[in-house]
Amino acid sequence: MSTQTLINPPSIWKRLWRRSHGDSPLKRALIHAILIFACIVAIYPAIRVFSVSLRPGDRLLSTSLDLIPQDATWANYQRLLFQTDFFLWVWNSLLITIVTSLAGVLLAATAGYAFSRWKFPGRAPGLILLLTTQMMPAVMMLIPTYLMFVEITRTFGVPLVGSYLGLIVAYMMGSVAFSIWILKGYYDTIPIDLEEAAKIDGTSELGAFYRVILPLSTPALAIVFLFNFTYAWVEYPLARVILPKAESFTWTLGLRSLQSQFNTEWGTFAAASVLVAIPSLALFLWSSKWLISGLTIGSVKG
Amino acid sequence: MASLSVTRARTLPMRVLGEMDWKSVGRNLPMLVVAGATIWFVATFLPQQQRLSPEYVVQSATDVTKFTLGLVAFVAALEIALYIVLVRMLHWQYALPYMLLAPAAIVMAFLFIYPFFYNIAIAFSNRSLQHFLPGTYDYSLQYGIENFTSVFTDKVLHDTGFWEVFFRTWAWTIINVFFHVLGGLGLALLLNRPLALRGIYRTILVIPWALPQVIAALSLRGEFHYEYGFVNNMLVALGLPRVQWLGEAIPAFIAATLSNIWLGIPFMMVVILGGLQSIAAEFYEAADMDGASAWQKFVNITWPLLQPVVAPATVLGTIWTFNAFNVIYLITQGGPAEKTDILVTALFKSAFEFYRYGQGAAFAIVIFFALFSFSAAWIKISGALKAVNE
Repeated sequence: MSTQTLINPPSIWKRLWRRSHGDSPLKRALIHAILIFACIVAIYPAIRVFSVSLRPGDRLLSTSLDLIPQDATWANYQRLLFQTDFFLWVWNSLLITIVTSLAGVLLAATAGYAFSRWKFPGRAPGLILLLTTQMMPAVMMLIPTYLMFVEITRTFGVPLVGSYLGLIVAYMMGSVAFSIWILKGYYDTIPIDLEEAAKIDGTSELGAFYRVILPLSTPALAIVFLFNFTYAWVEYPLARVILPKAESFTWTLGLRSLQSQFNTEWGTFAAASVLVAIPSLALFLWSSKWLISGLTIGSVKG
Repeated sequence: MASLSVTRARTLPMRVLGEMDWKSVGRNLPMLVVAGATIWFVATFLPQQQRLSPEYVVQSATDVTKFTLGLVAFVAALEIALYIVLVRMLHWQYALPYMLLAPAAIVMAFLFIYPFFYNIAIAFSNRSLQHFLPGTYDYSLQYGIENFTSVFTDKVLHDTGFWEVFFRTWAWTIINVFFHVLGGLGLALLLNRPLALRGIYRTILVIPWALPQVIAALSLRGEFHYEYGFVNNMLVALGLPRVQWLGEAIPAFIAATLSNIWLGIPFMMVVILGGLQSIAAEFYEAADMDGASAWQKFVNITWPLLQPVVAPATVLGTIWTFNAFNVIYLITQGGPAEKTDILVTALFKSAFEFYRYGQGAAFAIVIFFALFSFSAAWIKISGALKAVNE
């Protein structure tokens, strides 16, 4: 704080000028033009959804390209909140997502450590198996998983098909494998000397993991939690197969059901999109720094 | 002594306030505002909901808590059993890693290895809508041969064969990944220059990636509507004729491709930007001294040094695009007349719309090998993902 106030900071315009120095003004204008165009392309569909959500019911299907309609209204939001199961969908999604993410972190934290620190028999096949699960699209595992769940539901009476428990179990396949992979990559970057020092100080191998490595890995554990969260939060095909009934819909299924009722629900759909997209966008942008570094921690090390 | 503790108690809140990391609070302010708004919003509107009754909330939360506790109890029991067997009885040197690994390994065995082999078994059965309940279907080599040959010779969809979908999928993947890399590289090169407002541009450009795909795909589907979508209205504003985007084969494929390119560029942009920033400036200074042109610098410095980043990102992008179920299924639904189906949507339909589980399972194995051989070849060529063999 004190060092900053001692030096007279250059004004913001000076800083902007200095930062943009290097290209000729014409070239800079061109670059800005391209980037602004790209930004408009990137953001325009999102703004359109917002504008549709504000339109009154009789003008939903309009050919106008206005962004804020002249007779803007909140009617679509009222309809969404009071006449559809929007809250139910979001609640189901939240439950499924949180449990999936927690289970992924819980199971992967120790497994990733085992892969990182020991050369036990079966390590290489295990790692290849983990990679294979990442290449395996969820749709391909859908037939056996679905039929297996049907059998379990029938034989043991555990309702895996048609309940969010089944969906949590199904999501765990993707989340556990991915979490192990990322966490193994992160543990690899922690020098083994730390545990050795802890062991010399008298703790056991497990104690070193629990007292030294886990606290150091909090950022990586948070990244893994966030990754699993975003994976389960936006997943569609598995949910569609495992949750056929409307009372256990997640928001992805709910939004789809709004849109498939042809044109009538277009405004409600847009309102729902806005309400889901704002927290999702905020979460992503807020965590993007760590998410992107997380991508490079584990999977693309080279 | 007593007085000391009193002063400490009085100053503690002040000290906490004084030592709080206000900068980090400021950085996370947008998130805090959104979280607060969400909580307010839910608290205001929740009581007026119909389906989400308090009983349902309590019931589902209890179910999920029970499930989590069950999982924890299962892990604990497993660990105790393993401890007794591996450590106490066998004194095995690898006891600890196996104990650490066991819970995840069992979950993976139940959720990946078993279904994987079960899938092969289903491919050798006659399971379908008519043969769904136990006792109505059975397994034999004959069924397996029929299923696998029918994937290649019969229709995999209602009236589209395997090869048509196969070649369309590769065309789809190659076109998409090409434009992802091209667009991502172009934007990253622009953003890597000294430029005002760079952070703002970068944040806005990431939005297509940050938006949940289901929302993006469903909204884009609406925007390709013949009369009301903005694409056609934009064309009209430019004096061009309207296009039947979702009603004809080639426009529908173009619509899906455009949407997927829009969705995929930000990921490549971010990854390539990271790669560009790690290239040392000395290379360019040396090149400037030798009088190299911008193009020469790009070909001889930037592109080769980007390879360690671009190669794995391309593999990932290829796998994602190959599996872009949401985009196709939610925008065109494979239509019109199955002209935009790719392998994964065809597989989904054959199993869950036509209920041909046996043939679907065989189809899944074929797709898996197509993707697996591509990935293996690419990894071998590019040397990406070396981490496995270290």
